[in-house]
Amino acid sequence: MALLSDGDRHHVREALARMVDPVRLVFFSQSLNCETCLPTRQILDELVALSDKLTLEEFNLQIDREKAAEFGVDRVPAIVVTSGERSRIRFFGAPSGYEFMSLLDAVVLQSTGDSGLSEASRALLAEVLEPLHVQVFVTPT
Amino acid sequence: MAVESALVTATTVEANEFPDLITRYAVSGVPKTIVNEQVEILGALPESQFIPKALAGGPEA
Repeated sequence: MALLSDGDRHHVREALARMVDPVRLVFFSQSLNCETCLPTRQILDELVALSDKLTLEEFNLQIDREKAAEFGVDRVPAIVVTSGERSRIRFFGAPSGYEFMSLLDAVVLQSTGDSGLSEASRALLAEVLEPLHVQVFVTPT
Repeated sequence: MAVESALVTATTVEANEFPDLITRYAVSGVPKTIVNEQVEILGALPESQFIPKALAGGPEA
């Protein structure tokens, strides 16, 4: 059974129509002790089917350790939203409920390279000189 | 932020799935943002407040 309804798919297609550059979703899972890995894989399959510019690549955290290290992934399920050189937006846990919208936003952001932030915010971020890791904790709604 | 600066990594964590991280960062409510293990922002703030705070390296005065 599909996780996305016909109505969902329509809205997702509309959002993805704003994409510019191709986006690759790098998905890390494992076969054991990961209840949400399978549903996550299913929602990602349904998502990438809705745009020619969107692709999915799956790795196993336990086997593809070099890939996991490359993307800084140490838990599953994990999704890294990448486009060209841009690969620093990640999701840990299943993208259910509102988090699916966040994932969709991240895809479009990476694809356009346009943060949509204000001039003031951009100026502040231009002054960042050291690596910054921003972790946002959320719960599904 | 991660789109704007090559130095920024943005991670969204589904808190219920990772109780070890809830404990580690004392997540008592969501959204909660942790920047470089130092800055904590509880709740959703407008961009004009969130970004200065996230970059400040300390709690808001």
